[in-house]
Amino acid sequence: MSVVERQEWDVVVIGAGGAGLRAAIEARERGARTAVICKSLFGKAHTVMAEGGIAAAMANANEHDNWQVHFRDTMRGGKFLNQWRMAELHAQEAPQRVWELETWGALFDRTKDGRISQRNFGGHEYPRLAHVGDRTGLELIRTLQQKIVSLQQEDKKETGEYESRLKVFQECTVTRILKDERGRVSGVFAYERETGRFFVIQAPSVVIATGGIGKSFKVTSNSWEYTGDGHALALLAGAPLLNMEFVQFHPTGMVWPPSVKGILVTESVRGDGGVLRNSEGKRFMFDYIPDVFKEKYAQSEEEGDRWYEDPDNNRRPPELLPRDEVARAINSEVKAGRGSPHGGVFLDVSTRMPADVIRRRLPSMYHQFKELADVDITAEAMEVGPTCHYVMGGIAVDSESAAARGVPGLYAAGEVAGGMHGSNRLGGNSLSDLLVFGRRAGWHAAEYAAAQAFERPEVSDMQIDTAAAEALRPFSAEGPTGSEDDGPRPPENPYTLHQELQQAMNDLVGIIRREGEMEQALEKLADLRVRARRAGVEGHRQFNPGWHLALDLRNMLLVSECVARAALERTESRGGHTREDHPTMDRKWRNINLLCHLADPTGGLAATDPERGQINLVRETTDPVRQDLLALFDKEELVKYLAEEELYQ
Amino acid sequence: MATGTEPHLNSGGVRTGTRAAITAPHLRTDRWWLAPAVTAAGLLAFIVYSTWRAFANADYYAAPYVSPFYSPCLAENCETMRGGPNWDLFGSWWGISPAIIILIFPLGFRLTCYYYRKAYYRGFWMSPPACAVAEPHTKYSGETRFPLILQNIHRYFFYAALLVAGILTYDTVLAFRDENYEWGHMGLGTLVFLLNIALIWAYTLSCHSCRHIVGGKLKHFSKHPVRYRMWQWIGKLNARHMQLAWASLVSVALADFYVYLVASGVFDDPRFF
Amino acid sequence: MSSSYEARFKVWRGDVQGGDLEDFKVEVNEGEVVLDIIHRLQSTQAPDLAVRWNCKAGKCGSCSAEINGRPRLMCMTRMSVFTREETITVTPLRAFPVVRDLVTDVGFNYDKARQVPSFVPPQDLGPGEYRMMQEDVDRSQEFRKCIECFLCQDTCHVVRDHEENKPAFAGPRFLMRVAELDMHPLDAAADTGLDRKKTAQDEHGLGYCNITKCCTEVCPEGIKITDNALIPLKERAVDRKYDPLVWLGSKIRRRSSAE
Repeated sequence: MSVVERQEWDVVVIGAGGAGLRAAIEARERGARTAVICKSLFGKAHTVMAEGGIAAAMANANEHDNWQVHFRDTMRGGKFLNQWRMAELHAQEAPQRVWELETWGALFDRTKDGRISQRNFGGHEYPRLAHVGDRTGLELIRTLQQKIVSLQQEDKKETGEYESRLKVFQECTVTRILKDERGRVSGVFAYERETGRFFVIQAPSVVIATGGIGKSFKVTSNSWEYTGDGHALALLAGAPLLNMEFVQFHPTGMVWPPSVKGILVTESVRGDGGVLRNSEGKRFMFDYIPDVFKEKYAQSEEEGDRWYEDPDNNRRPPELLPRDEVARAINSEVKAGRGSPHGGVFLDVSTRMPADVIRRRLPSMYHQFKELADVDITAEAMEVGPTCHYVMGGIAVDSESAAARGVPGLYAAGEVAGGMHGSNRLGGNSLSDLLVFGRRAGWHAAEYAAAQAFERPEVSDMQIDTAAAEALRPFSAEGPTGSEDDGPRPPENPYTLHQELQQAMNDLVGIIRREGEMEQALEKLADLRVRARRAGVEGHRQFNPGWHLALDLRNMLLVSECVARAALERTESRGGHTREDHPTMDRKWRNINLLCHLADPTGGLAATDPERGQINLVRETTDPVRQDLLALFDKEELVKYLAEEELYQ
Repeated sequence: MATGTEPHLNSGGVRTGTRAAITAPHLRTDRWWLAPAVTAAGLLAFIVYSTWRAFANADYYAAPYVSPFYSPCLAENCETMRGGPNWDLFGSWWGISPAIIILIFPLGFRLTCYYYRKAYYRGFWMSPPACAVAEPHTKYSGETRFPLILQNIHRYFFYAALLVAGILTYDTVLAFRDENYEWGHMGLGTLVFLLNIALIWAYTLSCHSCRHIVGGKLKHFSKHPVRYRMWQWIGKLNARHMQLAWASLVSVALADFYVYLVASGVFDDPRFF
Repeated sequence: MSSSYEARFKVWRGDVQGGDLEDFKVEVNEGEVVLDIIHRLQSTQAPDLAVRWNCKAGKCGSCSAEINGRPRLMCMTRMSVFTREETITVTPLRAFPVVRDLVTDVGFNYDKARQVPSFVPPQDLGPGEYRMMQEDVDRSQEFRKCIECFLCQDTCHVVRDHEENKPAFAGPRFLMRVAELDMHPLDAAADTGLDRKKTAQDEHGLGYCNITKCCTEVCPEGIKITDNALIPLKERAVDRKYDPLVWLGSKIRRRSSAE
């Protein structure tokens, strides 16, 4: 086996989106030598796609806002399944994290008195989202990127090297997290996409910040990077995944033309006054306000319209219900035959705002529809439908430190971490989540690494050889022979496998789920796993997308199995998990977490054994919500969510 | 299509050794040459016309109209223009056409104008002829050194252009007289002059330097609301700087040509009142 | 009219050792963009065809390439802008070293990004105390729309046609970054003795720009790079060095303060 280059760093951050960069900044500022590894170019992470804003109770737009209200909204949005301590920390720390961005050069849109402007969003009681037009994610990523450059400039001044304390390894993919014999994290195994060269970074702390899993679904707003790498890496390293059944389908994705199906249409379109109509021209959302939200939402179009001007005396329009509710409503309308020509519904701003206001407030949406669909949103309605957008489930972490459970030295932040959003995430809470927990992960990873300074974990050659062999397998794929008379079967095309996986997940574990279909999905996944072992690629290791996809398939298959198994297990409908055969929310499930563990805890190659499935599911009862936090809610409201015994504790 | 299978022989530019081995200097399939060709033709036509008129030293005054090429007229050999813009600053030693004295300023303004720079760098100097089309030069230092570093004196010419525009405005006011210098009249020439002076002002004020001086140099617009308003207004004009540059170039030539026609007796200025 | 047809493509394939335009015939469906076609080639004819892409919605700036000789984002170039008979040529960016197929080494841009001194926060303001008016941030916000696709850097003839200028010239994207910071209402660079106008000229090669506007022409975000960033920056440099009135004014002020 060839010699693989090794480097020593203190903290390795996998992923250079909002959470990864924020973690890296924190770790470096706390003195840890920090390496960031990302699959794309630096600054291209999926965070740039976030449009609406960063939720933070700064009370710039409405003085009544504070962290308690934000916490309450977050818990309601997540249907009380949230890891409440995370939701609390998140609501408390978000404003600081946003203000900090300004000191790094971010330029948010302003209020009249020069403070950060905040906009309305689904599920938030007050206007709360700091934003820059509809390109907030770009501003966030650019600000963090430029902060990193600024730290590198400082390092250059002191040490003569830009990359002496903080380095970004761009266009590299991590395939394994390595551990020493005591079970501590010891580093990562990765390859350079450009050259195909393998390398190992030895480090006592690893922060996973790889985002989501959307690429396992056919219709998704996520980019190619979202193959659930971090989820799979954590699983393989022995950490459990939490509540993977909760997948958010954003209600408004583009539905036409086919090549852009799934691309996001920001919620700000609705926050700024856009309305949803069916083919009969009816604002159907008024028919879909669930009981738990009856008191919070307008009952008539007139009241809803008044709310934009006078939010203190009117209730908000139901277009701004949490995303799961709106997505289900659209799904029902289309099913009932009241959809738009291309199988969505109409989202209209053209009759609600003057053209120049639309162009100013929603510039990228205007641009996106004009360029990609030939639709002028100032003159006609958009066609939209649900698209796989975000996974609420993720690596089970400690609320305070973002440490992954069960694996010392492993941390997770951002979309890849579970718990914070419960069963459904509110718009705007992801960017604040990235910042709050990205920082916490970086902080604790740096501290942990410092504590290991005198007994740094070792990486053994054998581990490296195993990881290298696994990564190279697609080049020599011939696969096990099936039955004797068939002879050896040809290698599988990874692109085909990927398409089949996406189709299966979309159809069988999609927005509305049924027991039988999910069982079918598990069978299909088993079949795909067998075939994926034979995924073969042509050419060589230099920038070979076929090879990259073949490697990513392992991760997608693992994560998809988690989603399907957990979804089959949870016999209720809550947030991002809707069961047709169990259509209501069940209070008994309120305090139940579903944890996915790797069936083969050694995390070796045996874990990819096709036959018996790779995932064991474990139920766990959550800690009761702290009394002072429960006291923020009305008793009548709590009754809807909490089981009897929880209420009287 | 000429493409190589070998790496480049490092012949510079897009054929630098490390870049994708494509020998064609560009792969554009549209009519990219059209815009620079039209630009060059238009500028050339103006140069030919204005050179002829500037050196002609004749037919530039037909009361009450004075050709904008000869205004202000600053030498002793100028034709007498009653109440007109001729001040004998240069005296009798100036022997050639008095247009030369004054044309320096508007020409310099246009020569250093950010739009015209683009136009002639592309049209004449082919640096570059069009976007992503390789330029023929092996060396390039842009406006970093002499002589092109002098483009930075655009600001001086802008101040001068303001004066010139002021004088041409004065000429336009004088155009409300008849050939006997009686006020309160108007002819076709007056209209031509009005159109020209409007375009001259629009072009001059839409200048990038003007936009900068008026407000662009400020760090805080919020502390200078009036200048901010003006900056916005000039910004709107500035977005049309190219169109205004061409329109005013044509109109100034037209005004001159009109005076030429009247002065040389081709026809009499039609009087409205 | 059938919505699907077969298009002819020429895609540059190769690496730094050499390469060539390769011919493909490939299906095109209604509403597709060039990137869709490249993906179809990958999944059906050329699985190892290297291409960078991410968001497929014109927001990340990864899929920059040259289509029929013009620098563009593949995800934002609709097939409907071409005729069905046309052969569409796709090559990597031609101003940067090629890595493989449509992927180029854009490291030049990251080097340049590092050479621009970062935002300097004002000393007297803490987090949450920043007050900026919308009209004061508008200009810099326009420049912050930049998705760093580097098409402007690719098309700019200063470096595209003159490799030797790369060390001295930051390119439109990073001169715009200097302008962005110089126009930032709270940037305190001046307090630390950093004159961004001066560095634009002395260190980032502003003088190389001859404002021929190709950067503005190719910008997929429609940022008016030349009119709003580069020319104002040139004007700011002029303020310092060449403006007669400013010079006179400062003389007089100096004299009156000396008296």
